[in-house]
Amino acid sequence: MAEKVLMKGNEAIAEAAIQAGCRHYFGYPITPQTEIAAYMAKRMPKIGGTFLQAESEIAAINMVYGVSSAGKRVMTSSSSPGISLKSEGLSYLAGSDLPALVVNAQRGGPGLGGIQPSQSDYFQATRGGGHGDYHMIVLAPSSVQEMADLTIRGFELADEYRMTAMILADGTIGQMMEPVSFDFKFKEVPEKPWATTGTKNARKHNVVNSLYLNPEQLEKTNIERYQRYEIIKEKEAMAEEYLTEDADIIVAAFGIAARVSKNAVNAARAEGIKVGLIRPITLWPFPEKVFAKAADHAKKIISVELSMGQMIEDVRLATACRVPVELCSRVGGMIPSPDQVYNAIVEAARKGGE
Amino acid sequence: MTREYLFAGFGGQGLLFSGKVLAYKGLIEDKNVSWLPSYGPEMRGGTANCSVIVSDDPVGAPIVLNPDVLVAMNLPSLDKYESAVRPGGTILVESSLIARKVTRTDVNVYYVPATKLAEEVGAPQLANMILVGKMLSVFGEYNEETVSAALEKCISARHADMLELNRKAMETGKNYTE
Repeated sequence: MAEKVLMKGNEAIAEAAIQAGCRHYFGYPITPQTEIAAYMAKRMPKIGGTFLQAESEIAAINMVYGVSSAGKRVMTSSSSPGISLKSEGLSYLAGSDLPALVVNAQRGGPGLGGIQPSQSDYFQATRGGGHGDYHMIVLAPSSVQEMADLTIRGFELADEYRMTAMILADGTIGQMMEPVSFDFKFKEVPEKPWATTGTKNARKHNVVNSLYLNPEQLEKTNIERYQRYEIIKEKEAMAEEYLTEDADIIVAAFGIAARVSKNAVNAARAEGIKVGLIRPITLWPFPEKVFAKAADHAKKIISVELSMGQMIEDVRLATACRVPVELCSRVGGMIPSPDQVYNAIVEAARKGGE
Repeated sequence: MTREYLFAGFGGQGLLFSGKVLAYKGLIEDKNVSWLPSYGPEMRGGTANCSVIVSDDPVGAPIVLNPDVLVAMNLPSLDKYESAVRPGGTILVESSLIARKVTRTDVNVYYVPATKLAEEVGAPQLANMILVGKMLSVFGEYNEETVSAALEKCISARHADMLELNRKAMETGKNYTE
């Protein structure tokens, strides 16, 4: 096994991206993800890659579009307000079926909000963000190791399905240090016969474009894209289940909220309460089957989020409202304490299935 | 066993660095560790803190709300976090900067004039490491080998001259008795 090193979550993303063969990074600084840009600025010139601090977030995402069109692995990163700026580009990437990796280390919003951690961009990420019918694959790391692993996986998924993979992290996971190792097998970047690499007079020219003035044709591309999304929903949903087998109460949480929740679940288990945790690792596709199965025996689900309640809607959809779902949350840069989650569990246990 | 540490003081006192040395020492000793800084506009002068957890089990929430160990390097930090320390916990007080005593009676308190001791070592900026040295010795966890290895991980080759000074500062903290 590779040696474990202590690294910030943001740095782990950057190192993993380099190891996944990404040689092009475009970004614009914003707290709390600037370590990614700083790491890239230091490393890219040494390995023949490109680090470019663009004049704006919008410029950076369009540079991503350009490099992706040419068939290369490419990424950008930002935090909430910056992702809003990039949303136009995200829609264009989707409309042109281009792979890319985008990181959002979320901070409190709306507007400029604050710089402390948040999960309130869940809707924006899982519903696409920009205009039009589309999705991104949304990955939600809850440790520094997962920041690395999901970055690598994100590049693979993006290439395989020709779409954007977003790492939906938060300020805490980005800023914290934990041991991380980079022992993964490098999979070759797949052939990209659609890329605009120059015909060399040997083939028909490729076109990368999101403009379809013929509505029949545009409808067809949308339907085909959604057929691909169905395959992704079937194959790529990921979740961690923790003590769920006999659980009367299920805590649903991702990212930093899941770590807080695990403490609370352990404390409640020590008191004899049958409680478990479902931690979605992919937010889109949402791990619907795991929740549907849990709803067969659970009497209550508590959605723990750093938002006013966003993932809770997907939990309700996945369980077809068969089980009451409650929200336990803090917002604006605050993080629920393990005690707050513990109290919500105890209260749910006291009330039974009410 | 799990022990949760909170380092608190002014930005610039090296809180994050001392937390990192402690975390690396834990990693080298095959423990599970996490390190989380407060982040914000507090680089120099403002209050800053750093949560470190060292555990035999996987680390859950990385945010330390009720520390087992508080290292207070200025008065506002002691005022703010004294009441948060778990009963039976430990507080290390930077007594060359903090004049008052800890009022709680259910915690173990060590007063260390860290800045003064650091000046004697010839590195007034290493008060943080004096405190870490003392803290490790209080718990009987001052392992010279892993302390050295952790320092080597945390000090870049460019600053290799600081390695010996850091070691000396930690050693001084270790040997200090009130």
